[in-house]
Amino acid sequence: MSDCDCQKDRGTVKVVNGRYKPSGKFHFPQPNTPIRNEQGVLLGITNPRDIVHMHSYGGEAIFFESLGKGKLMASRCDNADCETTGSIYMPFRIHCPDCLFKNTVVDITDRAKANSIVHSFMITERTGAFNTLPTPIKFVNIEFDGVCTILMGALVRGEPSIGMKVVPIFKTQNPEYIITDMLWVADGTPATDLPEGYSF
Amino acid sequence: MITFSDKQLKTPKMQRPVYLVTGGMSKFARAFPDKRTEELVIDAMTEAAEFINMTPAQLKKYIHTCYYGHFADHFGDQLLGESVIHDRLGLDPLGNIGVKTGGATGGSTLWEAYKTVASGYSDCTLAMGWERMDEVPTDEGNNYISFAADKDWETPMGHIYTGYYAVMAQKYWQVFGKEEDSFRRTMAEIAVKNRGYARMNPHAQGPMKITVEDVINSPVVAYPLLALDCCLMSVGAACGILADEKTAYEMTDNPLRIDIGAGSHTLRVADRRNMEIPLLPNETKDQYADLAQRFPGSDRYPGFTGFLAARVAAHYAYNMTGIKDPTEDMDLVELHDAFTISDIQTYEDIGIRPYGEGRTYVESGDCYHTNPNTGQPGKLPANLSGGLIGNMHSVGATGIMQVLEVGHHIWNRWAEMHGDEEKWARFDRQKPEDWIDLQVKGAKRGLAISHAGVGSHVTCTILQDPKHVLPGGMFDE
Repeated sequence: MSDCDCQKDRGTVKVVNGRYKPSGKFHFPQPNTPIRNEQGVLLGITNPRDIVHMHSYGGEAIFFESLGKGKLMASRCDNADCETTGSIYMPFRIHCPDCLFKNTVVDITDRAKANSIVHSFMITERTGAFNTLPTPIKFVNIEFDGVCTILMGALVRGEPSIGMKVVPIFKTQNPEYIITDMLWVADGTPATDLPEGYSF
Repeated sequence: MITFSDKQLKTPKMQRPVYLVTGGMSKFARAFPDKRTEELVIDAMTEAAEFINMTPAQLKKYIHTCYYGHFADHFGDQLLGESVIHDRLGLDPLGNIGVKTGGATGGSTLWEAYKTVASGYSDCTLAMGWERMDEVPTDEGNNYISFAADKDWETPMGHIYTGYYAVMAQKYWQVFGKEEDSFRRTMAEIAVKNRGYARMNPHAQGPMKITVEDVINSPVVAYPLLALDCCLMSVGAACGILADEKTAYEMTDNPLRIDIGAGSHTLRVADRRNMEIPLLPNETKDQYADLAQRFPGSDRYPGFTGFLAARVAAHYAYNMTGIKDPTEDMDLVELHDAFTISDIQTYEDIGIRPYGEGRTYVESGDCYHTNPNTGQPGKLPANLSGGLIGNMHSVGATGIMQVLEVGHHIWNRWAEMHGDEEKWARFDRQKPEDWIDLQVKGAKRGLAISHAGVGSHVTCTILQDPKHVLPGGMFDE
């Protein structure tokens, strides 16, 4: 089967009556191959295979769904009896780490667009297998006004520096519902310079 | 949590003292295409038996419970790999369990074995760790390791774990390093030192005779971290045998007292909230009152520059053993130098130097076997094994290797375990003509830090010669 056929027939998953319902083809078996040394002696064997995990976002689903709609959703502890009540979390936390009450979902899109600052950064040409981001990858760790944590993201326009102002962009066309549906660009980047499918 | 109750910070009080009786290691290498994991594990077990003049069969007769440290099942493509090893060691039907805490797996495995003896459940335990990191291509290995970060929030961004350390390196370099070239050179010096010490270690995978310039000119892995700033990816095994006092002295004349504390912090650095600096016995609150003035940008603790888990592990371990000042009370340390920057961060987290001043541990020459500034013995030599940078990072084995390496000095058997011509030949490695004996003369106490992720788990192990146990520990109260 060609790579093209594999992609066309690749399986999908729905949830029906509270259970995962996979349909289509998930596994494309390939033969094992022997591993030999220079003298031709058998030392081992390759074990190629495809595996698909079905992963629940649970209470974080609203965060990943919102990215494709151009929204950045954080969460806040509103338990008046909690010693850290009012704390806003980005990364999104379903529950407060102190009182374990369920947090309130809050929209911080405007806050992020107005005042997001690089706390630290790094640049790498090297990636692990299955990376989808363009290289060099530039991590930026982002401080938001009034948020008690520091989000990691990828900067795709501009050169990072500590204290730099950045703004989020969202993959509103064909979102993939993963964290890279939100990327970051230097403040002042024109809309015409954004990666395909992304918008402010 | 950002505040801690007295109950949470209580010093652990074990039921009885615990001793490290013996331990052993395999050769460490990037790959062993001709060996199964069980062969490496048996190599480690055999060395442990021979170290106390026993056969493996004799040693096994003492073991009551087994702990197996093996971080990443997916590297070996074998769930319950611990059960395979347990069987191959011929230790059924003894109770056994696997331990997984990322890079700290080795230290955590010892921690579990320690508590089991201390509680009285067992009189003798096995802590065996290994990792099989050669059975996938390197980029897939990097991908697997990146799943030790948050798979939804971090892994998709490059699938490259080094990046998570690099952002810490960037922040530390700018805030505490003040972007000075001299700081960059100090980082490089650690890489030179540890790879140089690895040359004296027949087990070591990455010995190199290099210069600071070689490090600074090495390829960028994740800016600002360079290739020679980074630890090795390794295969190999190490084990330790722990026992109560009576059993320990049945097995050997020279067991070492062992005590272990542990701490943790969020898997994502992103989630680390500001807090006050928890203080170690050799620190005062006043000394950090002007930290942000001296080092602008250091107003967040632990932020991206400190490891709370290491500080908390040291808090427990120091109070359990009566350590007041690690530099004064210890004779050597083995630290988790996954990267040169994290080595410096750890000097501060465990109180070898105050926050902001970690570089002076290197620049003073205190961290060397022989201080290059004075020609005299270093005040607190670090990573004479070569560490993770020069010796190995076979994850589940690493924390155990570190403790054994400290033990070899206290046992005064470092030269025997590292200089033996037969061992160099058996490992198919060339003993350097300029090989030197790195034994720390008169070593009585040492410390090992086992560290996971970007500080998600840390253990702090203290080894002491029983004849020189510090006063003020948990059994003195």
